Amino acid sequence: MAKSNKPVVWFPFAAGGTVIAFCMPVIVVLGFLAAVGRVPPGLSYEQLHAFASGGLGKLVLFGVIALSLWSSAHRLRCTCYDFGLRADTLIATLLYVAAIVGSIATAVFLLRI
Amino acid sequence: MTPLKERLVQLDVLRYNPDTDTEAHFQRYEVICHEEWVVLDALNKIKESIDPTLNYRWSCHMAVCGSCGMMINGEPKLSCHSFLRDYEGVIRVEPLTHFPVERDLVTAPDDFMEKLKRVKPYVIGKKKPIEEGEHKQTPAQLMKFRQYSMCINCMLCYAACPEYGLTPHFVGPAALTLAHRYNLDSRDEGRKERMEVVATAEGVWECTFVGACSEVCPAHVDPASALQQLKIVGSIDWIVEHLLPGGKP
Amino acid sequence: MSRRPLIREVPPATWFLRHPRYMRYMAREVTSLFIGAYCVLLVVAMQRLSAGPAAWQGFLEALRSPGSIAFHILAMAAAFYHAGTWFNATQKAMPLQIGEEFVKGSYISGAHYLVWAVLSVAVLFLAGVF
Repeated sequence: MAKSNKPVVWFPFAAGGTVIAFCMPVIVVLGFLAAVGRVPPGLSYEQLHAFASGGLGKLVLFGVIALSLWSSAHRLRCTCYDFGLRADTLIATLLYVAAIVGSIATAVFLLRI
Repeated sequence: MTPLKERLVQLDVLRYNPDTDTEAHFQRYEVICHEEWVVLDALNKIKESIDPTLNYRWSCHMAVCGSCGMMINGEPKLSCHSFLRDYEGVIRVEPLTHFPVERDLVTAPDDFMEKLKRVKPYVIGKKKPIEEGEHKQTPAQLMKFRQYSMCINCMLCYAACPEYGLTPHFVGPAALTLAHRYNLDSRDEGRKERMEVVATAEGVWECTFVGACSEVCPAHVDPASALQQLKIVGSIDWIVEHLLPGGKP
Repeated sequence: MSRRPLIREVPPATWFLRHPRYMRYMAREVTSLFIGAYCVLLVVAMQRLSAGPAAWQGFLEALRSPGSIAFHILAMAAAFYHAGTWFNATQKAMPLQIGEEFVKGSYISGAHYLVWAVLSVAVLFLAGVF
């Protein structure tokens, strides 16, 4: 049996899992504050737009969103298998394509800012 | 000296006779045991005084040989290491899950044995003339793999690993951990050969890091850590082989 | 005597109900559903941000529904659970040997928790929460 190409999907999963662990809790907390009507100043159009206008801001936003998307897609694929869904190739294709489309869309939106 | 305390212990033991049964069934045994005994002692007393037809494996009675693994109240345990005082009510004793049942509590380890062989769990030595003496190893080099060398091949981790149960072709925790143990050995040169088994789809990539293997391991080997490290090693190998110039073997 | 071993099938969709540790594992895996959904929300947010101030204001107002608040609470639970399980795992994946001895696993995980706390507080501060 040949060596597997699984590292292609696993390595970004591991990187994304780390990014989610470090960044996602605080991002969701910021979103939650906005949801309960206490919009943090950083989420005002002016401040966030200014952040996303810079190259570093674009890179951070894209990196966090793309890697988190990929990591979630990969873990969701394994979760489907664990729930007894055996159409792994189909599920994997759908989820990975969704993650890639989401990442490209994010890049396009960010470049428009 | 105070007399040993005795206690009536009830056990539900899974029975299966390949000559007469089509499926397994539980049989209730009630047996007087000493409070200090382990589940294996209770089984021995049953076999001695109640039912000589009960089948199970055991040997050392000191958590070294790894042959008395069974499910005790749904948990993979060495029965020689499971004290009666830790259990209340009826104790449910079953053969290790994920393995075919040969008879009663005896399971067929053939699949594990085959996988163990596949990962070459032995030092594949450096070619060095014998007159040059032994391969020396520093304490630090020894410590690097020592924990992973404590495996007693009891197969509790296979009984605990749901991925092995769901996809039986998975090489599994103990065998992969031993591959890692020899990969880490400074005297060894077999890493490349072993990775041909470890880095396949049936190898470490079936692991989803449930971590159950490490929780049940009676020898504190921590197979889950070995497998996580193997995934990192496998990923770096892949990058070297596919993305770096001249990396392709 | 011939061998006739009994094969016991693992129920493919309900196996995790057998043991609490499998339930904990599945809880960790299911966080990916909520985090994935939150990532989709973030992609939408980037689209709204790129569409101008009015669109962004509309997005912020749309966040203020009871359903959105409930979703945020679930996503928060998922994100924190993911972070905890992930940092606890770092000591397994990346052991650190100095000399003969390995650094205690709790130090490796603890360092991750510390960096996480500092980073989170810094982000909250930069976002003007306090």
